[in-house]
Amino acid sequence: MKAQYWISSLVVILIVFISLSSCKSGGGDKIKVGEFASLTGKEATFGTSAHEGTLLAIEQVNLSGGVLGKQLELLTEDDQTKAGEPANAVNKLISKDGVIAILGEVASSRSLEAAPICQQSQIPMISPASTNPTVTQEGNYIFRVCFNDDFQGGALANFASGTLKAKKVAILTDVKSDYSKGLAKSFKAKYSNNGGNIGTELDFNGGDKDFKGQLTAIKSDNPDAIFLPGYYNDVALICIQAKQLGMNIPIFGGDGWESESLLTIGKDAMEGHYFSTHCSIEQPTPEMTAFVAAYQKRFEGKTPDAMAVLGYDSAMVLVDAIKRAKTTESVALRDAIAATKNFAGASGNINLNADRDAVKALVFIQIKNEKFTYNTTVNP
Amino acid sequence: MDWFLQQAINGLGLGAIYALIALGYTMVYGVLRFINFAHSDVLMLGAFTALYVAPQIEKVAGAESPVGCVMVFVVAAAVCACIGMLIERLAYRPLRNRPKLAVLITAIGVSLLIEYTAQNEKVFGSAPQPFPKLLSDYEINLGNLVVSSNDILTVGVTIVLLVAMWWIVQKTRVGTAMRAVSYNQQAAALMGVPVDKIISFTFGLGSALAAIAGVLYAMKAPGIEPLMGVQPGLRAFVAAVLGGIGNLPGAVLGGFLLGLLETFAGGIPGLSNYRDAIAFGILILILLLKPAGLLGRSTIEKV
Repeated sequence: MKAQYWISSLVVILIVFISLSSCKSGGGDKIKVGEFASLTGKEATFGTSAHEGTLLAIEQVNLSGGVLGKQLELLTEDDQTKAGEPANAVNKLISKDGVIAILGEVASSRSLEAAPICQQSQIPMISPASTNPTVTQEGNYIFRVCFNDDFQGGALANFASGTLKAKKVAILTDVKSDYSKGLAKSFKAKYSNNGGNIGTELDFNGGDKDFKGQLTAIKSDNPDAIFLPGYYNDVALICIQAKQLGMNIPIFGGDGWESESLLTIGKDAMEGHYFSTHCSIEQPTPEMTAFVAAYQKRFEGKTPDAMAVLGYDSAMVLVDAIKRAKTTESVALRDAIAATKNFAGASGNINLNADRDAVKALVFIQIKNEKFTYNTTVNP
Repeated sequence: MDWFLQQAINGLGLGAIYALIALGYTMVYGVLRFINFAHSDVLMLGAFTALYVAPQIEKVAGAESPVGCVMVFVVAAAVCACIGMLIERLAYRPLRNRPKLAVLITAIGVSLLIEYTAQNEKVFGSAPQPFPKLLSDYEINLGNLVVSSNDILTVGVTIVLLVAMWWIVQKTRVGTAMRAVSYNQQAAALMGVPVDKIISFTFGLGSALAAIAGVLYAMKAPGIEPLMGVQPGLRAFVAAVLGGIGNLPGAVLGGFLLGLLETFAGGIPGLSNYRDAIAFGILILILLLKPAGLLGRSTIEKV
């Protein structure tokens, strides 16, 4: 009677164990990597670019034989640029699909939503382009392959007081976006420190279409420049309306500006304005050249943007860490990602610091003749 | 002072669009006593119609020509009038004698159906698309004030259409029939008024107004996407209620008022974050003091 009891419970435990392990590794012949991105919705070009970069990286790795003798499988969830969706997407990827790591998102607000879930499940998450400092502060499983806004805000402040020689800068922030608020905060701290004068500070709601109320108030305050840490759709409309109100001062912002949509919607209203971003596809490193060629071949001649480059790098950093860890077990994998040093990424050399942020150079772009043109590089 | 006047000009430009949308809401409400929530999506469809027909019309009438611009407006209005009548025929008419709540829920359903169908990548896709320039716009400088030609156009169109709607409702045979249907559907039918046709006509007219508002809105903010109608639609609905729903001049007054409130609140540091809260807070105040809206008459419900 007793022996029977033990055997049956052993069988039950075995069954549970087998089903759990098969669920976790999905059959065992493939390594599942999860990705969440805004493929549709307001910031669709961000998600699409990052996804295409990531996909290219995974395909390249698989063509060259995969990692640890296994092929990679990329599972992508679309969060539709909506608050609330990233949590659903990441929960599904982790608990249903059993992915070993999560790649995503570009926007900080959505990365911040997913990060606590990844941290709690001890699944490493690598954000390609979320720059808000608090993203990686969510825990020791959260990484990014880009600089953070403390650095970007500081560089923008130096740019305003140095290159633009602006004595007074007005700030227009998107209250719906953690990215925008964080960048405005670090800009303000550094710019005041440089002796600059902060003019009118106003807010808008991402998705608004009329900004003339704010712009008129800024105009009557007469600043030398406007700092606009927003995303491309709103930025394009704001620049159009600023031009309509006869404002000729430079407008500048961060990496949220980088999208072809900025030019197709903003057109001549974008002329002469500046933004900072992660890299320029014109930079003459062999990694960048190879990436641009491979991307254009894969996506029918499309020109990659910074988000695509960073999406590619986020996947490559993960693959490199799996190789070094020689396992996909979460603790070892986390430690391997954290130990990333001097990794030659397409966007530049990637060193992850103790805060799990990449320490990297930043590039300024000016819009000239309705094209993004390289302006300067700022080293950390 | 310049600051104040400039904000007033900005507010009128924005308010005119709300007013135009509110006119459509209020017309349908006036006749059918129900809110057509799909109205804001018809607005979006109007903008997309213009996006697709503008390049064709440009070939015939030339780029940025006034004639071409009018043609785009007419085509968008005509297409949306048909869409509006179709929505009414398919979704609302079968529910004509059901409880009002059923029609209301259906209206929300139609609205979501259009929004999510349009967001499909095979239809319009959800990324914003650049809207072509229909009319060369320029800025008129009056001292320190800047008036955009687009805003003048919007305000002008709104006032002309308000007068036209008022004339249709008050002075024409169709308008008399509309008022009869609004007053008592059964009695109107007994007097030989073709109720279904009149309701269909009202929807067509309201949807044409939405389309015109949509094209004007797209000219103002030339990045259009399937959810572009939601925010202005909500505000226009509020404007219609504010002015007294069912009342045409009331809708326009409400629209202008809301546009002005929002613009002024948007330009005040520390308050710009709360621009909607301020605008809607004032709305609540007005409705507490005048429950039927600014120009509405309170009616006694027959039991």
